[in-house]
Amino acid sequence: MADFEIVIAGFGGQGLLFTGKVLAYAGLLEGRELSWLPSYGPEMRGGTANCNVILSDTPVGSPIVQHPNVLMVMNAPSLDKYEADVAPGGTIFVDSSLIERKVNRDDVTVYYIPATRMAAEAGLSGLANMILLGAMIRTTGCISEDTLPDALHKVIPERKAHLFDANMKAIEAGRAEVA
Amino acid sequence: MTVVFEKPKALTDAVLHYCPGCTHGIVHRLVAEAIDELGIEGRTIGIAPVGCAVMAYDYFACDMIEASHGRAPAVATGVKRSMPENIVFTYQGDGDLASIGLCETVSTAARGENITIIFINNAIYGMTGGQMAPTSLLGQVTQTSPYGRDPKTQGYPINICELLSSLDAPAYLERVTVNSVAHVRQAKKAIKKAFQNQVEGKGFSLVEVLSACPTNWGMTPQKALEWIDEKMIPRYPLGVYRDKED
Amino acid sequence: MQEKVLMKGNEAIAEAAILAGCRHYFGYPITPQTEVAAYMAKRMPKIGGTFLQAESEIAAINMVYGVASTGKRAMTSSSSPGISLKTEGISYLAGADLPALIVNVQRGGPGLGGIQPSQSDYFLATRGPGHGDFHVLVFAPSSVQEMADLTSLAFDLAEKYRMPAMLLADGTMGQMMEPVVLPEPTELTREKPWAVTGTKCAREHNIINSLYLSPQELERLNIERFERYKTIEATETRWESFMMDDAEICIVSCGITARVSRNAIVEARKQGIKVGMIRPITLWPFPEKPLLEAAEKVKAFVCVELNMGQMIQDVELAIKCRKPVSLCSRVGGMIPSPEEVLAAIKQANE
Repeated sequence: MADFEIVIAGFGGQGLLFTGKVLAYAGLLEGRELSWLPSYGPEMRGGTANCNVILSDTPVGSPIVQHPNVLMVMNAPSLDKYEADVAPGGTIFVDSSLIERKVNRDDVTVYYIPATRMAAEAGLSGLANMILLGAMIRTTGCISEDTLPDALHKVIPERKAHLFDANMKAIEAGRAEVA
Repeated sequence: MTVVFEKPKALTDAVLHYCPGCTHGIVHRLVAEAIDELGIEGRTIGIAPVGCAVMAYDYFACDMIEASHGRAPAVATGVKRSMPENIVFTYQGDGDLASIGLCETVSTAARGENITIIFINNAIYGMTGGQMAPTSLLGQVTQTSPYGRDPKTQGYPINICELLSSLDAPAYLERVTVNSVAHVRQAKKAIKKAFQNQVEGKGFSLVEVLSACPTNWGMTPQKALEWIDEKMIPRYPLGVYRDKED
Repeated sequence: MQEKVLMKGNEAIAEAAILAGCRHYFGYPITPQTEVAAYMAKRMPKIGGTFLQAESEIAAINMVYGVASTGKRAMTSSSSPGISLKTEGISYLAGADLPALIVNVQRGGPGLGGIQPSQSDYFLATRGPGHGDFHVLVFAPSSVQEMADLTSLAFDLAEKYRMPAMLLADGTMGQMMEPVVLPEPTELTREKPWAVTGTKCAREHNIINSLYLSPQELERLNIERFERYKTIEATETRWESFMMDDAEICIVSCGITARVSRNAIVEARKQGIKVGMIRPITLWPFPEKPLLEAAEKVKAFVCVELNMGQMIQDVELAIKCRKPVSLCSRVGGMIPSPEEVLAAIKQANE
């Protein structure tokens, strides 16, 4: 399997680090080499946040992703910041309900998914990240769809275990959007 | 031959280095008597300060730790958390406890750590040769307040018992002195109670002892004892500031 | 054998400390190490241990001093500005020959600096963090696995040699998650006749102390301590060699920059440049011997670090300035990219 160097970026509070953790746990369950690195800072909510995930078949060197081959963005500043870094041939997932503009590159594949609006309409508020994740997994194959539920179980804290089904539903919606 | 007066077992045979007329020796003895009478020497761990009592680790026969300046209550916290069945006390002067270590003093009291603190207040830095202490009196002449402590530039003395009595946690706070037989007897009672409280798990106990420093006050030992009555007690009233039994 | 789990570096330190028998943690919140405290706050009460949020870094290190005096394993963790405050206590630990673990998840300085990763406390850690003449064991983890393994080792060696140990990580190592196999639980068997545990009226009193007013005695104790350091230098130095067999350029780097350097080395090799790396795992003692040996073979060294050039001085001393050493560094929380390291390799190769 090819190496995946993934950047997930947006506002704090959108569940970006959580999304990255699902990928990381799936990687662990699949016995792959991996790293997960969050941005960290004083802003807990509403500031910019991102995380870098590397999934590889060989030991991970630097955990810092310079040139992602997968980028998921949930606000306009993040698209501005990371668009140019994406490796040629890479894939970008844009929450088009939050980002009005289009991607300016023609050497990458772009999926525009109105994830935040879709989540609100489906009664899955706060799970736009999972919709984008569903689309990412379906189109890139960065992790196996089989390990996903187990990974999700690992990442959802016990006190929120009842949200598992909603998370899966959101992932399914994302898959369907790019099917 | 009948023995009528003995050195407490909780003191070693080391010769104390304190100046003539200094009351540290009396307080050491009172602490040692309390340890003897409660039968706790074998499980007591003492913590010496930085200041005149720095070498208290040589004088007490129990296990001893020498702490850095002002940090004895933090060290005591670590020891007590590690060895909750042991009896842990600190012995600190006014520079150590009320100045550089005030944060540790207040925080340890606020946590209600089940330890005993013996606080020697002699209104001066003795070991370094007589500089102003946080407890020096207004107008008191020291090396670093050569024109007398001026509240405009040097602030007011800190009353530790009163300060700590604003906290919820402390179990026992009392101020005593050792300038007369009657006062020594009362001090003994207070110190023993501060240890007894710990044995019974009652929590943070501190005894402030108004002490004499004839050398750095520039007085005869006799005059120094009188000065406690005349100058110190009016500013630092003796008495019980907290007793959770009340 | 423990199973492979996914953990943040900071959490791996905390769990490894517990597995190493540490039941006493004292700390104070500061980014980017707060997860260590949070993890301990959750775990310690459940295993009969102590977690205490101290009133200050100074109090925390002195609480550690108290526990260490009783012969038990104790630790504190902080980040650079908090370590400055702890240096007083570390000096006393060293002076009283007490073992303890101090974790420093470094951030940029000086002063309040920033919160992003840094290696600018290299001097502070390796030269003896505090007043007086002493060393602490310094470990530089370069993966989450090493965060755990070196925590375990640090406790053991600190106790073996009766001295403080510092785990010198950086913000990236603390915050990143990687798969990790936690160490097996340590059985604590070492006798500590020096500890203060109460005399039980059955022995002379033990005294934990760093005050020696006799210059003759204090000199003797310092000399004895440095004799012990010589043994440690001879037996406890650790490093990892990477692609050094035929290397003409030798990178020296630790922590996160060693990870970045790995990427650069792989890329340089693709371009036909023979480059390898010596990665110090202990910073004190510093791996002087392998570096001096490498100096016989390579034509230049490149030191990659997150400061204005601190480890580079130890490299130059180690190789006795026999080969040129260049510096590739970023500071303030910036991290050099593999491209920047590659450029430094190419320049050294010219």
